[in-house]
Amino acid sequence: MNEKKNPLFHIVKRKSMPLSKQMMVRLIAVAVAIAVCAIVTVITTGMNPLSVFAATFRGAFGSGRKIWITLQDTAILLLIALALTPAFKMKFWNIGGEGQVLMGGLASAACMIVLGDKIPDPVLNLLMIVSSVFLGALWGAIPALFKAKWKTNETLSTLMMNYIAIQIVAFFTIYWEVPKGSGKIGIINQSTNAGWLMQIGNKYLLPILISVIVTVGIYVYMKYTKHGYEIAVVGESERTARYAGIRPGKVIIRTMLLSGGLCGFVGMLLVGGIHHTITTTITGGQGFTAVMVSWLAQFNPFTMMGVSLLIIFLSHGASEISTSCGLNQSFGEIITGIILFFIIGCEFFIQYKVIFRKKETENTKEGPAGQKEETGQDSAEKPENEAGNAKEDSEEKPENETTQVDEEVKS
Amino acid sequence: MKKFLSVLLVCTMVLGLCACTGSGTKTNNASGIKAGFIFLHDENSTYDLNFINAAKEACDKLGIEYVLKTNIPEGQECYDAACELADSGCNFVFADSFGHEDYMIEAAKEYPDVQFCHATGTKAHTELLPNFHNAFASIYEGRYLAGVAAGMKLNEMIDNGEITPDQAKIGYIGAYTYAEVISGYTSFFLGARSECPSATMDVTFTGSWYDETAEKEAATKLIGSGCVLISQHADSMGAPTACENAGVPDVSYNGSTESACPNTYIVSSRINWAPYFELCLSNLAGIPTDYVGTISTGSVELTSFGSVAPAVGTAERVEEVKAELQAGTRHVFDIETFTVDGKKVESYMADVDTDAAYEGDHEVIKDGYFNESGDGLRSAPYFDLRIDGITLLDEQY
Repeated sequence: MNEKKNPLFHIVKRKSMPLSKQMMVRLIAVAVAIAVCAIVTVITTGMNPLSVFAATFRGAFGSGRKIWITLQDTAILLLIALALTPAFKMKFWNIGGEGQVLMGGLASAACMIVLGDKIPDPVLNLLMIVSSVFLGALWGAIPALFKAKWKTNETLSTLMMNYIAIQIVAFFTIYWEVPKGSGKIGIINQSTNAGWLMQIGNKYLLPILISVIVTVGIYVYMKYTKHGYEIAVVGESERTARYAGIRPGKVIIRTMLLSGGLCGFVGMLLVGGIHHTITTTITGGQGFTAVMVSWLAQFNPFTMMGVSLLIIFLSHGASEISTSCGLNQSFGEIITGIILFFIIGCEFFIQYKVIFRKKETENTKEGPAGQKEETGQDSAEKPENEAGNAKEDSEEKPENETTQVDEEVKS
Repeated sequence: MKKFLSVLLVCTMVLGLCACTGSGTKTNNASGIKAGFIFLHDENSTYDLNFINAAKEACDKLGIEYVLKTNIPEGQECYDAACELADSGCNFVFADSFGHEDYMIEAAKEYPDVQFCHATGTKAHTELLPNFHNAFASIYEGRYLAGVAAGMKLNEMIDNGEITPDQAKIGYIGAYTYAEVISGYTSFFLGARSECPSATMDVTFTGSWYDETAEKEAATKLIGSGCVLISQHADSMGAPTACENAGVPDVSYNGSTESACPNTYIVSSRINWAPYFELCLSNLAGIPTDYVGTISTGSVELTSFGSVAPAVGTAERVEEVKAELQAGTRHVFDIETFTVDGKKVESYMADVDTDAAYEGDHEVIKDGYFNESGDGLRSAPYFDLRIDGITLLDEQY
């Protein structure tokens, strides 16, 4: 429909949207997402979509144990997201969370295998924490050092450090495999539980408590400390930072030590507190999922709690769909994809607005296909949003004209 | 915070939807037995599909309610899944992958009234939990029979003048240098050599149970180095496809590959798990600690022979050998049929009890043969001798 010479619409950043309106947009997005899921379910499987939604909910909250597992997994994802956040805030694209967590896990596993039963448990646990944090921090600091000294691209280097970590872990799983040739380590110290982290209350509570503490910690660190301020300044502009007497290189390395160290700590939780083994897949891609959590929450630690819960809820729901509805797991993942698509997509309409027009040749920015699809759904509330117009683009548009064109497009 | 609220709202909405539907479970069995199954992957994996089909078959036959949980990794997720199944009323829980074992044991300790069964595991006979059991099958006998078919094919190629007896070299793609794989390729080789005495074999390992590219490349490499027949112990279609492309006869595993490889497929061996599931589910109190399915129990099967590739008279010869195995007049690992470093193996301590040092702990040569998966030992294979005639090209896995 925008085959015409003049771009049909342009995209303008909003100044801000009142909270109530933001919630409105999000609610609509969720409602639309659920509707689309229902339609997809009926078309592709012929099943009652309500039973599919019920299964999703059962998967995450269907029993006491499921609720605990959901909260535990949420805590782990949240912790990784929190670990990545200071780096992101600094505009340092740490997508090496996966590798940093793995290295931390490997350090813990090594301590448990080599020193299990040889030294007292509290000492062993302490050693696990120290070595995991150290190795995770090292894994984060290497790309940071290269970035600070030689301006290398940290996106690539942190990403590639993941694969090095995976291969190192693969080597050690074969080195420590039991029985020979199986390529599996199995539960470490299963009979003695040496090095296993203590349980508080039940198997699941410890990471949950830690995640709450770290959430508050990161919030305070980012918002109220000098370090947090320096991170924000370096993120905004390295030149400004330098002008203000902040050494960006130092901040980058220090922040990545924190980010990587915290990831390493999560690895320790996974190995010492949850799985009690180490495999190349123990992080399950959460180092990458956490990137999305952090961004979707706009780096707000408390919002991340909700986003992590949503993502874990959807993934547990997806596997329950395959179990109780007799559908392949891929179907659950399709549903997850649809819901995330709308939730992420609606943020676009909170940040920006789309103005339709007929003439003018500048601003040929064109929304990707997804945005076009959604314009229709959100257009209902568009006219009223026009009031709070903020223009980063230079043009002023008479309000009535815009609205008019908008309606034309709809019809 | 706002986002958290919105998430909360989503949850409430979904909850609302749930409330409308209620939970629909399928209950209509009289026996009071509910079976739960845990699979590493889903039906897209031939390995898991083999278990899934057997589980459905056995449960449908006995009219038992069942739950299938697919894509459960070999970590704490397995423990969680097993406990969830037990929570939901299952009194029989089964897991199909080697790495699930330790987590099943953890669950078994927690739910003493639920029977936990695990295929391919090695620890039931040492853990001594009354409700934890291992199972495997004498698949080495199936592989031996498949080897007989391979040997006959080699003989046919020699008789036709396509190769000289010295060129009768088999290529084999294994996953890991694990006892299960070693037992598998050795039995296959001994079967082939029982028909074609000049046969030799090269073995290579991919370091993965499922890696289509690596398996295909390995097969192509083996064919390039002069192997005239290929077999594999890994789960993808990589090797059979490479064979079909190169026109080299292939003995596959876990099921017939005839539809994809009509010109080169000879035969395939597989474990049928339905007899085991039926045995367990018809008497939960009587599940053996270690169960070894055999040809006689219907657990070890050869799939139908290919219509093009097998040598003439293969089916008949395989039936004869099968009868001898069942009668006990022929043993797969007869110590007269193989040597290690040029010497007959009169005594061997195998690593039957799993330990980190891989120490041999049980004498397994008995009555003139290697007692694989023997009574009183364990069901999972422990044959790990490197016999003469087989060359391992690499051993890093």
